[in-house]
Amino acid sequence: MPVKRRSLTACFKTRFQRSASLLRTACLPKPPSPPSLVLKHAVGLPWFNLIFALLGSLVLLFIVAPLLGITAATSLTELSHAAADREVMNSVRLTLKAAMVATVVCAVLGVPLAYLLARSEFRGKNVVLSIIDLPIIIPHSAAGIALLTLVGRRSHLAATLPGWESGFVGTFAGIVVAMAFVSVPYLVGAARLGFEAVPVRLEKVARSLGASPRRVFFTISLPMAWRSVLSGMILMWARGISEFGAVVIIAYYPMTTPVLVFQRFNDFGLAYSRSAAVLLILICIAIFAILRFIGRQQRTEGM
Amino acid sequence: MLELKSLSKRFGKFCLSKIDLTVDSGHYFVLLGPSGVGKTMLIELISGLTKPDRGRVLWRDCDITRVPPERRGFAVVYQDSALFPHMTTAGNIAYGMKSRKPSAVGLEQTARMLGIEHLLDRYPETLSGGEQQRVGLARALATDPELLLLDEPLSALDLRSRREFRNLLKRIHSETGKTFLHVTHDLDEATSLGDRIGVMLNGSIRQTGTPEELFRSPSDPDVADFLGMRNVIAVSETKDGICKANGVEIHAAAADESISHIWIKPEEIVLSRAAFDSSARNQIRCRVEGWESSGPLLAVRVSAGDLTMSALITYASFKELAIEVGAELYATFKSSAVHCF
Repeated sequence: MPVKRRSLTACFKTRFQRSASLLRTACLPKPPSPPSLVLKHAVGLPWFNLIFALLGSLVLLFIVAPLLGITAATSLTELSHAAADREVMNSVRLTLKAAMVATVVCAVLGVPLAYLLARSEFRGKNVVLSIIDLPIIIPHSAAGIALLTLVGRRSHLAATLPGWESGFVGTFAGIVVAMAFVSVPYLVGAARLGFEAVPVRLEKVARSLGASPRRVFFTISLPMAWRSVLSGMILMWARGISEFGAVVIIAYYPMTTPVLVFQRFNDFGLAYSRSAAVLLILICIAIFAILRFIGRQQRTEGM
Repeated sequence: MLELKSLSKRFGKFCLSKIDLTVDSGHYFVLLGPSGVGKTMLIELISGLTKPDRGRVLWRDCDITRVPPERRGFAVVYQDSALFPHMTTAGNIAYGMKSRKPSAVGLEQTARMLGIEHLLDRYPETLSGGEQQRVGLARALATDPELLLLDEPLSALDLRSRREFRNLLKRIHSETGKTFLHVTHDLDEATSLGDRIGVMLNGSIRQTGTPEELFRSPSDPDVADFLGMRNVIAVSETKDGICKANGVEIHAAAADESISHIWIKPEEIVLSRAAFDSSARNQIRCRVEGWESSGPLLAVRVSAGDLTMSALITYASFKELAIEVGAELYATFKSSAVHCF
């Protein structure tokens, strides 16, 4: 039954492609080689393909099943109740806003850094790159505790800011700081890859045509890397929205949605927390859809 | 006038050492050298995109070594045209105009001069290689540069667009009267475009001169070889207009004690089955070693003792002489056809 086998592989092939491209969408402007090539080369080994596809499908199932499960268990009325719940909607608004502020502030500071890292070679560059990625590997609750030394009560930063003597604990600013800390690597990483994909030669030509370094950045480098920068911003935003560990330590109140879901689950149980959880999941999926859309446009444009 | 004074730069595997070069205003100067000799780096040093390790760049007697590229007033045209992909043709051409002093050459005028006014709304990826290169040239010219730097501008083009673009460059140069500095590895390109040519080998400029000067008296055998000159032969001793080349005595009208090499153009050598009376002072008995096609002609390699030469003959003569390996022939050439250097 070779025909059936092939169609099965083909089916899984597209799924592989999709999941593999999620990350790439966010980072690389152009994938170096489509993953389908790997499978094409293995066409002579149908069993090999089939086994790999089965193993892979378990991973996919593992991701999809809980998401489908919770969505299926939540009725539309429950969801509309959640949407009408002032507490839930306030937390959603707060979460989106705090993550947005964190993203914009980090974009202003992080995009120049990304450009610098993409364009210059210097001693200790690898150290800088590692430092930027540190927040990804540190447990986020520990990151929250660490942040307290910076913005907590009696911390150095808080002591220097008039009006913030008691620190950022329990404030909107505290939430922003926690979100920024854990999600900024995604923004800097994506923007750096975007700038690296801009040929240096184009910048050189622009200089020779009379443009200052500042003008070259704003008319050549940034417009050409814009989609990667935007992808990085959306990725950071989404990461900020979903942050729980660092946020809950710096600010239990005001409550962001992830904290609210945790609190309701703790205090009232599964049924009561589910609708808010589903709402949060749907928001994140919507953001991811936007990210994918931008990534696809970028590839069809073929910059 | 552009002057380079003992300019040196080391970068990776490229190394330029003590480059001295003078390009007079209004000239079309071609820098000729094999790939990987550092020609592109020299362009970047002149345009200011790279800083030299040592040495100076002078423009109109002013030291501009430390002047940033955007204030030099030079423009670069690259091999791959390097157009900005997110801008239309018009946007590309106008890019340099905005940032410089108001240019006398308008966008429309530049586009018309290069025959690309119908492409103004198109994006670079929709243009052919030849069109892209025209836009790249237009973009550079629109800044009204004092010096135009061309980095292998014809290399990425197919044969036909290459010829077209070559004529275009010639026309633009004579119409604008600007100074052009063009680097290439292509001998034809260099000789057809350049008023003056500089031959660059192993990171230094070996010789500069008009094409005629170069071919008349190349400074050394490497230059001669790179200029495609066949039959350059080292001379061991010279006496009374006769020089000894690999053990064979050759009459050379221009020979004196100071020469070290002679060059006999392959097309000036006549091959014959038998010796014949003529005014030519050199008639050497030789045997055929082999042959290869050289365009519409054949280059026949013949040897006399340790001396090997090539002679260019037509396919018809090749048949008539019934040439085969080992055949005994006479090579005849005038003493005035022997160039000495």
